Amino acid sequence: MSPTDEAALQSAFDAAIGADERIEPRDWMPDGYRATLIRQIAQHAHSEIIGMQPEANWITRAPSLRRKAILMAKVQDEAGHGLYLYSAAETLGVSRDELLDKLHSGRQKYSSIFNYPTLTWADVGAIGWLVDGAAITNQVPLCRCSYGPYARAMVRVCKEESFHQRQGYELLLALSRGTPAQHAMAQDAVDRWWWPSLMMFGPPDAESAHSAQSMAWKIKRHGNDELRQRFVDICVPQAEALGLTLPDPDLRWNEERGSYDFGEIDWSEFQQVLKGNGPCNEQRISQRRRAHEEGAWVREAAAAYARKRAAAPSNEDGRR
Amino acid sequence: MPGDPHGGRDRPGHRAALALGDDALVLAQRLGEWAGHAPELEEDVALANIALDLLGQARTLLSLVDDEDKLAYLREEREFRNVQLVEQPNGDFAQTIIRQLYFSVYQELLYGQLAGCRPEDATPVAALAAKAVKETAYHRDHAEQWTLRLGDGTEESHRRAQRAVDGLWRYTGELFQPIEGLDIDWENLRATWTTSVRAVLEQATLRVPEGSQGAVWAAGGGRQGVHTEPFGRLLAELQHLHRSHPEASW
Repeated sequence: MSPTDEAALQSAFDAAIGADERIEPRDWMPDGYRATLIRQIAQHAHSEIIGMQPEANWITRAPSLRRKAILMAKVQDEAGHGLYLYSAAETLGVSRDELLDKLHSGRQKYSSIFNYPTLTWADVGAIGWLVDGAAITNQVPLCRCSYGPYARAMVRVCKEESFHQRQGYELLLALSRGTPAQHAMAQDAVDRWWWPSLMMFGPPDAESAHSAQSMAWKIKRHGNDELRQRFVDICVPQAEALGLTLPDPDLRWNEERGSYDFGEIDWSEFQQVLKGNGPCNEQRISQRRRAHEEGAWVREAAAAYARKRAAAPSNEDGRR
Repeated sequence: MPGDPHGGRDRPGHRAALALGDDALVLAQRLGEWAGHAPELEEDVALANIALDLLGQARTLLSLVDDEDKLAYLREEREFRNVQLVEQPNGDFAQTIIRQLYFSVYQELLYGQLAGCRPEDATPVAALAAKAVKETAYHRDHAEQWTLRLGDGTEESHRRAQRAVDGLWRYTGELFQPIEGLDIDWENLRATWTTSVRAVLEQATLRVPEGSQGAVWAAGGGRQGVHTEPFGRLLAELQHLHRSHPEASW
């Protein structure tokens, strides 16, 4: 391709972004745009499947059959979200196998929140309310992301996530209004999940490596701090309605800003978790690798069977 | 049934709902253990889906008898009426699939017979059967497809599938023990089940076991509340939280 062709393609791309048009898989796109999207969508997909673990931890122990059914359906949805997102990433020219390889070898990340343990049943509710709530706050703007397949995946994901979030809230409400022991269990879970949820929005804008470029490309629509503030403003009245407190002595309404002020996040903890030193990093990735390795013979069997069927002479099932 | 210490559980219709409800509940619990551990994401979705269907059936059936949570969480091992097949540990993927094959063929045939009865003979269990038979057909298809892939896949998968087929065979005889309150031709059920399962195994290049389908050492077996050792641990995990908070609702 000559430099003039490249320049023409770049300016067509810039014009499409400027006009809020969607970029589709067959369209030309800058290498950096493609690489950023692959990284972000893959990390999002990985988060869905690693995120199954802390909740699946409670499936066998859910305290009523209704709650067990809700939790199973949720974990199933998460696997489904992982599948949509890997498909969206594949439209950019990578394969799911490559991406899983990168997850298993630690070359791609997943959301730091899933490195925290689910220690009580109430944690399932706190994850629904706070973690899914933060995810939705982040993801709703992605429904307008400039890359079409990602934006469309987000529309579906957000619908299901909102449902999970309401269920998590309702679970906590039942605990908060239950026995004193249940109420204490709910409060303890919120105390442990509040700050990690705020960290889900990423580092402050000033320190966020990818933010400015992603916003210029209209992959991201809002800064990390803006979304984090939006989330805090939504959560405070919800916590009041739940009858639970948020573990932040500096949290107070700021009349002037029309928003809640809140305390300083412990960014050193965030950095430690990102570096792999959170409470469950090792456990999460080991379980994922183990499932993959122990399932290898099953995937090989399916492939061998498919090859035999394809090679079978002119029988109905074997015909391509 | 006020004043009845067993909550009416001794009535034949209730005994049937309890037996079938316990089957579905216990197998749903086993499949729930797979979440996040499956060989591929598609199977995480499929196994959770089947578990959810079964849990739905269990809730409907147990609710016909009494409060579903009281029955699921507050009965002890000797009071459960599920067959021993469904309480067997997941083992490897082959063991899970063969357990699913044996059970879903049984369930589809059983619910098929129940759903086909004359409307005037229909029991509450038969009403559930009409819905469940559709779910079960899907479960059976999933299990059959995987039996073929594993049996006729690689040497390794064939070996594992054969081990599962042989190891679980002794738990299949119990499936055909008559359940009081169900209008079923049990001998016909056994014959049809055997023909169906044999056909799948043969197509999957697996050897059909010749040994006994009955575990003679287990006396009456699961339908009489006599279970295998792994079942107690399954219940301990299922019931622990609920039992720890006797005053609570969730």
